[in-house]
Amino acid sequence: GSFDGGRRRSTQMGFLQSVQNFRIPKKNESVFLEIVILGCIYVLAFAVRLFSILRFESVIHEFDPYFNFRTTKYLVSQGLYKFWNWFDDESWYPLGRIIGGTVYPGLMYTSAIIFWILNAISLNVNIRNVCVLTAPFFASNTAIVTYLFGKEIRDTETGLVAAALISIVPGYISRSVAGSFDNEGVAIFALILTFYLWVKSVNTGSLFWSLLCSLAYLYMAAAWGGYIFIINIIPLYVLVMLACGRFSQRLYVAYTSMYILGTIFAMQIRFIGFQAVQSSEHMAAMGVFCLLQLVNFLSWMRTMLPGDHFRRLIKLVFTVVGSTTAVAVAIMTATGYISPWTGRFYSLLDPTYAKEHIPIIASVSEHQPTTWSSFFFDLHLLVFLFPAGLYFCFRKLNDANIFAILYSVTSVYFAGVMVRLMLVLAPAACVLSAVAVSSTLKTYMGHLKKPKAVAKKPKVDNTIPIQREIALVAIAGLTLLLCLYTFHCTWVTSEAYSSPSVVLAAKQGDGSRVIFDDFREAYYWLKMNTAPDAKIMSWWDYGYQITGMGNRTIIVDNNTWNNTHIATVGRAMSSTEPDAYKIMRMLDVDYVLVVFGGLTGYASDDINKFLWMVRIGGGVYPVIKEADYLTANGEYRIDKEGTPAMLNSLMYKMCYYRFGKTMTEYGKPAGYDRVRQVEIGNKDVELEYIEEAYTTEHWIVRIYKVKPEENRWAAA
Amino acid sequence: ETKQKEKEGADKVQNISTDSFASFVNMDLVQKFWQEYTAQTPRKIRIIDAFLAYMVTTGVIQFVYCALVGTFPFNAFLSGFISTVAMFVLTVSLRIQINSINAGDFKGISEERSFVDYVLCNILLHLAVTNFIG
Repeated sequence: GSFDGGRRRSTQMGFLQSVQNFRIPKKNESVFLEIVILGCIYVLAFAVRLFSILRFESVIHEFDPYFNFRTTKYLVSQGLYKFWNWFDDESWYPLGRIIGGTVYPGLMYTSAIIFWILNAISLNVNIRNVCVLTAPFFASNTAIVTYLFGKEIRDTETGLVAAALISIVPGYISRSVAGSFDNEGVAIFALILTFYLWVKSVNTGSLFWSLLCSLAYLYMAAAWGGYIFIINIIPLYVLVMLACGRFSQRLYVAYTSMYILGTIFAMQIRFIGFQAVQSSEHMAAMGVFCLLQLVNFLSWMRTMLPGDHFRRLIKLVFTVVGSTTAVAVAIMTATGYISPWTGRFYSLLDPTYAKEHIPIIASVSEHQPTTWSSFFFDLHLLVFLFPAGLYFCFRKLNDANIFAILYSVTSVYFAGVMVRLMLVLAPAACVLSAVAVSSTLKTYMGHLKKPKAVAKKPKVDNTIPIQREIALVAIAGLTLLLCLYTFHCTWVTSEAYSSPSVVLAAKQGDGSRVIFDDFREAYYWLKMNTAPDAKIMSWWDYGYQITGMGNRTIIVDNNTWNNTHIATVGRAMSSTEPDAYKIMRMLDVDYVLVVFGGLTGYASDDINKFLWMVRIGGGVYPVIKEADYLTANGEYRIDKEGTPAMLNSLMYKMCYYRFGKTMTEYGKPAGYDRVRQVEIGNKDVELEYIEEAYTTEHWIVRIYKVKPEENRWAAA
Repeated sequence: ETKQKEKEGADKVQNISTDSFASFVNMDLVQKFWQEYTAQTPRKIRIIDAFLAYMVTTGVIQFVYCALVGTFPFNAFLSGFISTVAMFVLTVSLRIQINSINAGDFKGISEERSFVDYVLCNILLHLAVTNFIG
């Protein structure tokens, strides 16, 4: 009775007491703190990328992700074997495209595996949602791997700061928001993972870490073409180590095993195949591999042979090796066995190359050189902390620090050449800034500790007065800067990088939001109202979206692998209607699609891209001359001053059909183009060979049907 | 006497030619190396070295065959050749890690750990090679 009740009450009291007295043991306090911090960073990195889902809906953004989405859907529905051997007859009509052999499958496999795992445990998530959220999920994982990388470079505190910085850095967020289902989302994770495992394998010299490093390199090679960066920077690092006299057996073990295993693994990807041993971009790695074998052999010989025997051996080896290398390289270059650097990567070394020789590469906005404002916009505080971090690295040089320095400096160069490569600079900037921040905080936090009562020999230099106060000011200043960084990153993510591009939004005069969903409207119309084997001609930007959402065959798409085919489409768009009709009949085109922004003020429309069509078309067909479309002063005009070639081109006619009678703005005449801000030149557009099939609500997408040829011997 | 001088002259020429041939091939280097090698390296390492020599021979044979007969099918040649090169590299790494001279460089890696790493690398290597042979 009461005796049992008393005992129960006392055990309850005992439990409460033990909860109250619960203290983490001192030595585990830091581990607990790390886990909590990393947990918060993980959630933060995921949460900050969800703006577009909250504002619009869970939709795939932009152009390239639609191709990745379509291939992932195919992989999930058809299986691994069919995907690996997929020949797509719905794009690049009539050529088709070997998707199985020309795609980097890492992203698709990653999403498919996540989808299969979730469905296996009865969480029936839609494949679209898996794809939309793959990038934020991997961004969280990148933060964790950056923590490990920072920890390996210096210490745990650096790792934590690096993870915090990279979770919100705008340079990385731009390519990994929810909905941006693109290769970089998983590739940056693979990049940092490879670098972390590389530094770990150099530090330990264990074959296990080299094996993991080569597996991470395989994942990177499967995910993104930027794996070339890894396979060139690691040999560069080895060369720098040799030059610094830091050759060690650990370095030999790490590099040789990683290179050879990485090469055989990378060759399993169909898209890479034999390039891993044949293309010029991989030659540096092979050269350093052979060099390292030689250096190791000579260092072994030095233990075997006494002094002057060794000198004679060195002379012999150098003559033999030098002559054979020279002869081999000469033969292989002369016979063309080693292919020269391909266009995309050559333009990284010579930025002016693409503009003169390959207009298609030059026309992509992501390939333009970076402006100063982009650096600050994408990195903010890190621009200033980056050199400070370099300084701190140089102060305490070891094998790992040299790698961090090399990675950062080379990525700064590449980020300056191409805007898209800001992405590679962002993690380097975060790690080095973390070094700077954590070193500074360590110095000043030490001053904040109250000195012990016992007067030991003071470690702190007492000649500088008010040390605690200065330390407080410095720490407060740094905290303020980091808070400003956070505000900037959140603002940038919210305003600049969270737009789906497929759905547009604008503020009306009374402040309410109006949504332009014209693209999806047009593709849905195509899907519902055209024959299943209809062929759509449009400029290559929209190819992936048409196949992804409209599920129709297209002529050219964003893969841009065949310049002549694109030039044919460009020529068709720039020619007069009869000439264009001949080309369209040759290509079996049923519908033509153009994007027109004149009614709404949407600036990325086809009229603004028209000069690129002319240039690319003119690059292959000399009959199209760019000068014909520009006025005598060299201006690009579509009003009354526009040239006849411009005003009679198919593109002009398709964009401005029926526009001459449309009122666009209050107080302006009919046919006023809101993007170019002029009244159009030819207001009475008549179409002979095509007819209007569909125009979306805000006239952004216009679809025209190509009329079949007239019957011969028509009744008179 | 001239005949003797001639004979001595002929002997000298012969000696010079064999000497110069020997010095060209650096026979004394090889001999010295062999002396040191057999004296310094323990038996375990020498077994590994014999395996290494075997792999080098296999690789050279494959390369010469490919040069003579042609590169089709290239993937078969590459997988065979890379398997020899990779095994060479991995075995050299094992040798380095086991060798007690290098104990300072490889703290915390016992012989057993080295061997397990080696086996793991070999498993994955041969998986890739078998997949690539076609």
